[in-house]
Amino acid sequence: MIELSHFSAALVFAIFASVVFGVTQKSEPREMVRYGFKCFTWFTLGLIGGGWLMWLIRH
Amino acid sequence: MAATETTADYPVNPMGVVAPIAGWLVPGLGHLIQRRWVRGLLLMISVLAMFFIGLGMEGKLYAANTGDILEMLGFVGDLGSGGLYFFSHGMGWGQGAVNLAMADYGTKFMIVAGLLNVISAVDAHQIAIGKKS
Repeated sequence: MIELSHFSAALVFAIFASVVFGVTQKSEPREMVRYGFKCFTWFTLGLIGGGWLMWLIRH
Repeated sequence: MAATETTADYPVNPMGVVAPIAGWLVPGLGHLIQRRWVRGLLLMISVLAMFFIGLGMEGKLYAANTGDILEMLGFVGDLGSGGLYFFSHGMGWGQGAVNLAMADYGTKFMIVAGLLNVISAVDAHQIAIGKKS
């Protein structure tokens, strides 16, 4: 069985989802790479932000 | 003629039908048969990896007609994986371990793999009809 932490599972999710978004949402290779990185950044920031938000609610 | 204008705006050709079906059945194949090698491989690797990582996490594959609306939605997401879903379901994989949080993540991975595969199939269609380069 594959065991990942919540954070690493979310990062793996972000990587593959960003690749698909980058490839499918843009036409030019350069734009695809840029958009993929942008999606990955937003996924990661959302993950960290969501984590801190839950920490604040908990405390 | 309105009908002629519509046809011209949205040209349908054989590849426009074959590519999305191929892409749905085998992730990335819709791009590969149009010689978009890198895109096809990236999509194939991404969808296959998400699906099999989800299976490896002991995620659950939903079946049709369970009567629960959320399970039906899960089934629709899983069905997006096309051939992967039918193969895995046929092999009896994806029974799901309900007592593990990781298995729940795995279930979501497989649903999202299906949804990403649908996006890929639509993209293959757009390329085939010339709406995208």
